Amino acid sequence: MNIMRTIRVSLAALTRNTMRSFLTALGIIIGVGAVIAMVSIGQGAKIEVEARFDSMGTNLLFVRPGSRSYRGVHGGGSYTNLKQEDAETILKNCSAVRYVSPNVNGRAQVIFQNNNWNTSIYGVGESYPEIRNWALQEGAFFTQSMVKTSQKVCILGSEVSTNLFEGASPIGQIIRIQKLPFRVMGVLESKGESGGFMNRDDMIAIPYTTAQKRLLGIDYIQSIDISAVSAERTDEAMSQIEEILRIRHRIAPGAEDDFNVRNMSDIAEGAAESTKILTILLGGIASISLIVGGIGIMNIMLVSVTERIREIGIRMSVGAREKDILLQFLIEAIVLSVLGGLSGIVLGLGSSALISHFAGMKTLVSAGSIFLAFAFSGSVGIFFGFYPARKASKLDPIDALRYE
Amino acid sequence: MDNNSLIRLENITKTYSVGEVEVHALKGITYTIDHGDMLSIMGPSGSGKSTLMNIVGCLDKPTSGQYFLEGREVSTYDKNQLAHIRNKKIGFVFQNFNLLSRTTALENTELPLLYDADISQKESREMALNALDLVGLKGRERHKTNQISGGEKQRVAIARALVNNPSLILADEPTGNLDTKTGDEIMEVFKTLNRERKITVILVTHDPEIAVIAPKRLYVRDGIVEKQEEGASS
Repeated sequence: MNIMRTIRVSLAALTRNTMRSFLTALGIIIGVGAVIAMVSIGQGAKIEVEARFDSMGTNLLFVRPGSRSYRGVHGGGSYTNLKQEDAETILKNCSAVRYVSPNVNGRAQVIFQNNNWNTSIYGVGESYPEIRNWALQEGAFFTQSMVKTSQKVCILGSEVSTNLFEGASPIGQIIRIQKLPFRVMGVLESKGESGGFMNRDDMIAIPYTTAQKRLLGIDYIQSIDISAVSAERTDEAMSQIEEILRIRHRIAPGAEDDFNVRNMSDIAEGAAESTKILTILLGGIASISLIVGGIGIMNIMLVSVTERIREIGIRMSVGAREKDILLQFLIEAIVLSVLGGLSGIVLGLGSSALISHFAGMKTLVSAGSIFLAFAFSGSVGIFFGFYPARKASKLDPIDALRYE
Repeated sequence: MDNNSLIRLENITKTYSVGEVEVHALKGITYTIDHGDMLSIMGPSGSGKSTLMNIVGCLDKPTSGQYFLEGREVSTYDKNQLAHIRNKKIGFVFQNFNLLSRTTALENTELPLLYDADISQKESREMALNALDLVGLKGRERHKTNQISGGEKQRVAIARALVNNPSLILADEPTGNLDTKTGDEIMEVFKTLNRERKITVILVTHDPEIAVIAPKRLYVRDGIVEKQEEGASS
């Protein structure tokens, strides 16, 4: 018996019990759909993170106090050894560095007339917009001299502007940050990002000198954002910065740095790693449902073999060999899982589109994940269909014919 | 060896072990069936006639002894070879019809050809239509098996048995589930096939009235041949 005829026989058997076939395949449909949708969420997150890092510029460098070996535990307030002179020295002496911005951060209550808003305060240098690729929607950024003289001026994130001024232009207005009056100089362009880390719309930028003296009462800085002259020269800039800071901080040769310099790709790699784990986790959970679907197929195929013992006996009596029976039941299982897999792909594509539409999450369905889910569902069919099919093929024709 | 002999059984025995006990279903059967014969195998239940039919039908293998079908010693064949012999040489008709449910007469008739790699789908369709025509079911090809009467079901079964032009049709109580009139019609079909198409027919029955339709009769009791009869007695 050739394969095409076997497939036709199997299809006929499946259509004879459409409802049951559908319910059996449903396990696979949901399994494959879940794998595709979940993986698409993970991959979407990866793309989004990558895009976010790209938009920050690849020639970006960060200097933070504390040695690199205490990864993840260095907090803003716990180190005081980074000073604004460090930043000035870096700018002056490192040939591969173009811009430097000393930073301090805090949170504060902001008031304009009757409107209140609690937001992040970024104390930054005048070069910050160049380093972070920020653009202004209106107004202008504060200048070097304003930073030097600790002027009480500020730049609003678009969300803050909307919340305090309700659409009116804030330029030239006076707002109060922790009761101190600040003049609004500009509004940042909206990045349209909500939630997550580093929300660039919900913040206020002020000169770091003002933040140090007026708001925080500190004389150190928490970090330095640096822009290398080009993406190719970031490594060069990094070693120059390390060298100069070791000298300035009088670190003996062989001793550990009391600061760490990281570049964008380090950070991007870390983030990519965590989105990869997310993808694996989501995909793994979804795969379990696929395996459960496979067990469903095996269950129904076993029932079906028992129900059709007579049919198997008849087929054997007219000349079906073990192989023919095995193939027929195996193909039934494969057809179920492959059709289930195809419908699952449609379901997965649909739900991934729905997720990105309603939950506002970026999703990406790659050809690889479709292929993988499909191949997996096919193997599930073979794997879980084999045992029942083998059981059918091993029946004795005489017993099978007599079976009531 | 007699050229005309279709089946030659040499001292066939069959022993089953049921738990600890050994059951000797056949205790040495020697018999020859010729091409074109119409034979009844008679015997009470437990006589071993079903076991004999299973062996002759290549559904089962003898414990000892030799079975030659058209000169080939099929008692040495393995499962797959036996399946091939059943497919090409033997057609079965059962008491309870044994048709695939919710399937058309045509599809049931085509079933043996499905397992014959030499026959294309087109040929298969043609052969099945011919066979159905031969048993008087022309025009009923598309009826499903749950929509037709018992007599018609048995006709479909006969069509399926003869569709592959077998050397032998084995019928196990073919009229057992039919009323007398329908049973007679079915027997008429067998007689016609035997007479006109020279197909060898073996009827297994315990009904003497059916048995006597066949010119040759073999009586089996306690696993041995009790007696052989020839000639029309009715």
